[in-house]
Amino acid sequence: MELELKGITKRFGSLVANDRIDLSVSPGQVHALLGENGAGKTTLMNILYGLLQPDEGEILLDGKKAQFTSPKDAIAAGIGMVHQHFMLVPVFTVAENVTLGNEETRPSGLLDRRKARRDVRELSRRYGLEVDPDALVENLPVGIQQRVEIIKALVRDASVLILDEPTAVLTPAETDDLFRIIRQLKDGGTSVVFISHKLKEVQAIADTITVLRRGAVVGDKPPSATEDELAAMMVGRNVQLKVSKDPARPGDVVLDVEDLTVADETGRVWVNEMSFQVRAGEILGLAGVQGNGQTELCEALLGLRPVSSGHIRLDGHDLTHSTPRQRLHAGVAYIPEDRQEDGLVGAFSVADNMILDSYDRPPFASGINLDLGAIASNAAERVQEFDVRTQSADTPVGTLSGGNQQKVILARELGREHKVLVASQPTRGLDVGSIEFVHRRIVRQRDHGVAVLIVSSELDEIYALADRIAVMYEGRITGIRPPSVPVEELGLLMAGSEVPGAPAQAGTPQAGTPQAGAPQAEQAGAGESS
Amino acid sequence: MSEQAPPGPPESPASPGPATATKQKEKSEQSRRSFGQILRESILEGNSVTVIVLAIFTAIVIGGLLNAFTNTTVLHAWGNFFSAPGAAISQAWNTAIGAYVALFEGSIFNPHTVAALFQQASLSTAIHDGYLAAVFNPLSETCVQATPLLLAGLAVALPYQAGMFNIGAQSQFIGGAILATYLGYGVSLPPVIHVIVCVLGGFVGGAVLGWVVGELKARTGAHEVITTIMLNYIMYYLLSYLLGNVMQRPGRTDLISPFIASNAHLPRLFGSTLRINAGFLLALACAFGLWWLLYRTAPGFEFRAIGKNPSAARVAGMNVERSWVLVMLIAGGLAGLAGSAVIQGTDFSVNFQSSGTYGFDAITVALLGLGRPLGVVLASVLFGAFHAGAPLMQAQTSTPVDIVGVLEALIVLFVAAPPLVRAIYRLRAARAAGVAGLSGGGLA
Repeated sequence: MELELKGITKRFGSLVANDRIDLSVSPGQVHALLGENGAGKTTLMNILYGLLQPDEGEILLDGKKAQFTSPKDAIAAGIGMVHQHFMLVPVFTVAENVTLGNEETRPSGLLDRRKARRDVRELSRRYGLEVDPDALVENLPVGIQQRVEIIKALVRDASVLILDEPTAVLTPAETDDLFRIIRQLKDGGTSVVFISHKLKEVQAIADTITVLRRGAVVGDKPPSATEDELAAMMVGRNVQLKVSKDPARPGDVVLDVEDLTVADETGRVWVNEMSFQVRAGEILGLAGVQGNGQTELCEALLGLRPVSSGHIRLDGHDLTHSTPRQRLHAGVAYIPEDRQEDGLVGAFSVADNMILDSYDRPPFASGINLDLGAIASNAAERVQEFDVRTQSADTPVGTLSGGNQQKVILARELGREHKVLVASQPTRGLDVGSIEFVHRRIVRQRDHGVAVLIVSSELDEIYALADRIAVMYEGRITGIRPPSVPVEELGLLMAGSEVPGAPAQAGTPQAGTPQAGAPQAEQAGAGESS
Repeated sequence: MSEQAPPGPPESPASPGPATATKQKEKSEQSRRSFGQILRESILEGNSVTVIVLAIFTAIVIGGLLNAFTNTTVLHAWGNFFSAPGAAISQAWNTAIGAYVALFEGSIFNPHTVAALFQQASLSTAIHDGYLAAVFNPLSETCVQATPLLLAGLAVALPYQAGMFNIGAQSQFIGGAILATYLGYGVSLPPVIHVIVCVLGGFVGGAVLGWVVGELKARTGAHEVITTIMLNYIMYYLLSYLLGNVMQRPGRTDLISPFIASNAHLPRLFGSTLRINAGFLLALACAFGLWWLLYRTAPGFEFRAIGKNPSAARVAGMNVERSWVLVMLIAGGLAGLAGSAVIQGTDFSVNFQSSGTYGFDAITVALLGLGRPLGVVLASVLFGAFHAGAPLMQAQTSTPVDIVGVLEALIVLFVAAPPLVRAIYRLRAARAAGVAGLSGGGLA
C-alpha cells in the first residue's frame, strides 16, 4: 500500500507541532522518521493512527483520500502502531492480548481461542518471532512483549506498521532481533515507519530517512548519509558527535572502594566484594548490562543503601557509614539514574531545584531563614551558564524537557564544591544536542581535577568518555581495560567471562591520545544513548 | 491542587518577598498585560481559586434549593403552582433567601442591632448597656468559632504539605485540652504566666501525640492514617476515663472537669460581653508562623520537598524520617493549641462535648484552603461564620442547623471534584495552558 501524507499541520494552542508535513511511504520500505524529542514525530504518527485529527492536510492511501477519526479507522485501513509504551494486559496470555478488541467468536458465541492461538503461531513462524501464544505477558521480557504488539498489528492485516521509538526499551541483542524481524516484514511487503532519534539505528535499518525539526520536515536522506550530516539536520547546527578530550592526567586516588558488599532488604547480594579506585582527573567508565548491581552500587556510594562490608573512602576519609548529607558535604556530586524520581522535585521551580541539596547552607540560608534573593540570583546565573531552556526560573521543573531537566541537575551538582562526580546513565533519554552538552561538561569536570565515575549501560557512552573501562557483572568487576579495548572483549566481560587481557593500570593513560583511539570514538558515534 | 495556584498569593514559594527587586520585575511584567486580560485568563483557565469560589457559590445555590424544597409551606405553595405560580416561586425564594439572611445576620452583621443602637439616648449609655457590643457580636462569634478550626486546620495543612495525612487532629485537640485544663485548675500561678503556661501545656499535649505518630512512621513505617485514627479512639476514651476519675469536678456525677482558674483565661479583646479573645490572635499568629516556616525557612523547604518527592529529597541529603517526626510534632502542637483555645477562651472546663468535631472539620478546612496557611485562614473564617450564624438561622427561620453541615459538605464535594465545577461553568482546564507553555518552552 502506498501511503502519503500531504501538508499535515497540527497546532496545540500557539504551538505548531506539525507544520505542513509531506511524507510518502512506498510498499515494502522502511521509512525512518528522525528527529529530536519534541520535533513532532509522535504527533505526526498519532495523526496517521487516528488518535489526533490534523488541522490541515490530508492522508492518501493508494492515492485515495482517507480520514481517520479513531484508531479503529486506521486499523481498518491497514495501519498498525506499536507504541513506545506497550498497550498490553499483563495478566492475559499472548493469544488473549492479540485478540483483545478484535475477538472472534464461534457460532455458539464463545471466544474462538483456538483460532487466536493458531494466528499467533502462524505469524510467529512466518516472521521468526518465536512467541508462545500461551505465555502470560507479564512473564515475558520487554523484547518479546514488543513482538506481541507487532503480532497484534499483523493479525489485523496491517500493511503499514508504525514503530514509535521501538529500541528505547531494548538491549543491544534485542535490538538486533528487532531489526531482523523488520527486514522479514519488509520482505513480506509490509512497510515500516521507524521513529527514532538514534542515528546509527536509523542508518542501519532505513531505506529512506526523513528528518524532522521543530515540527517541520528538514529533508530526506538516504541511509548512506553520514552521522554528522544527519545530526546537523536534526539539531539545526553542526554537532560535535565525538567528545574531544585531551589525555587524562590522573592525580591521587580520590574515590577508593574496597571489598564493598551491598545487599538488599531480602538479603540478596547485589555488589559482591567489589574494589576499584578513581583518581583525580580521570573518568572511570563502569560498563555492564543493566541489573548487575550498578544501581545498588551507586546508592551505596551515596549512602542511600547500607553497606554490608567493605569500605568507601573519599580522599582517605572513611565514608562507609556516613549519611547522604555528610557525603554531599564531603564532596560527592551525584547524577542519579532516574532523574525525575531521584533527581528533581517536579512541582518545585527550577530555582528551588537548583538548591535542593544546599538549601540549608550559606549563601542560600542564614540561620534557618532562606535568602530568596540569593536563590533567585543563583538560579539566574546557572540557567545562563548551563543553557537551561526555561520560560523562567520560577517554572516548575517537571514541565521542562528531559535534556533541560538534566541540565538543572548538572547545574546543581557541579555548582557545589566536589571532588568526585558519580553519574549514573547521565544521558539516558536525551537528544543529541543535550548529550553533547552533558558529555562536554563531564569532560570539563575531569580536566578540573574531579574524579569521575560514569555508570552506563551504553557502550557508546563508555567509549566516548572513559579513560579506563571497568565491566560489572553480577556484582563484581570482571575486568578493567584501557579505552582501546575491542568491543568484542567488553562483550565477553559483560557476559561474565573473565578474559585475560591487559588490565588498565590506574592512572596510566592508555592508547596514547584519544585521537589514537579514533576507531572507538567512531564507534561512540552520536553517543545517543536511550 | 496546590500546584495550580495563581502566581499572586504571598505564600507562593517562587514569588519573591515584598522588599526584593524581583518583585518589581514581576510587577512590571504583569502590568504589560492589561488587567482585563489577566482577569479573563485567570477565570478561563479555571485555576484552583476560581474553582473554589465557584464551588462555594454552587453549594450555596444548591443549599438554598434544598432548603426551599424541604419546607412544607413552600411545598404547599408549589402544590397550587398552576393556580398561583407567582406565589410558589416567591415562597421558595423567600425561604431560601430568608435562611441565608439570618445566617448572615448571625455571623457578620445584623442591621437590627444598629437600629437599636441609634435608638439609644447617648453613645455612652449605648456602650454601657451593651448595644454597641451587640452590633459586633456576630463578627466576634465568627472569630470565636473560627479559632479552633483555624488551628486544627493548620495541623492538617502542615502534614499535607509534607506528604502526610493527619486524621488525628481530633486526638491531638483532646490531648491539648486535657493538659491545658489540668494546668488551668491544678496549679496556681500569677495572671499572665498562668495563661502562657496553659497555652504551652496545650501545645505540648497535642505535640506528644503528634510526635508518637511521627516516630512510629519513621521507625516502623506505620502509616500515619492508621495510627492517627487509632489514637483518636484512644484519646476519646482516655478523656472519658479521666473525667470520670482524676479530673472529675467535685460534687458532679457527670463527666466534666473543674473550672480553670480565671488567671488562665485567655484575655477577651473587646470587653467582657464579646467572646472574641486572644486565642484568635494566637491562631492568626500561628498561620503566619506556619507560612514563614514553610516558605521562608530551610526546614520548610525540606518539608515541602519531602512532600512532593521523598526520593529526590533523600538523594539531596535530606533526613526524611526526622522531618516526618518534626512535622507531626508541630502539627500535633497546633491541634493541641486549638484545644487550649477552646478551653481557655470560651469553655473554661473540659467535658465530653468540648472536642466537638473540630478535628474532622479541620480536614475539610485544610482541603478547602488547599493546604496553604492563608487558604486555611479564609476557609476557617467561612466555616466559623456558618457555625456562628446557624443558631440565629434556626431561631428566626426554623431552618434546621443541619443545613450548615450540608453546605460545608457540598463545598468540599465541589472542591474535591474540580472537573465537575469546570464542567458546570464550562471552564477550560488549567492544564491546557500549561501544556502549551511547556511545549513552547521545549522548543524555544
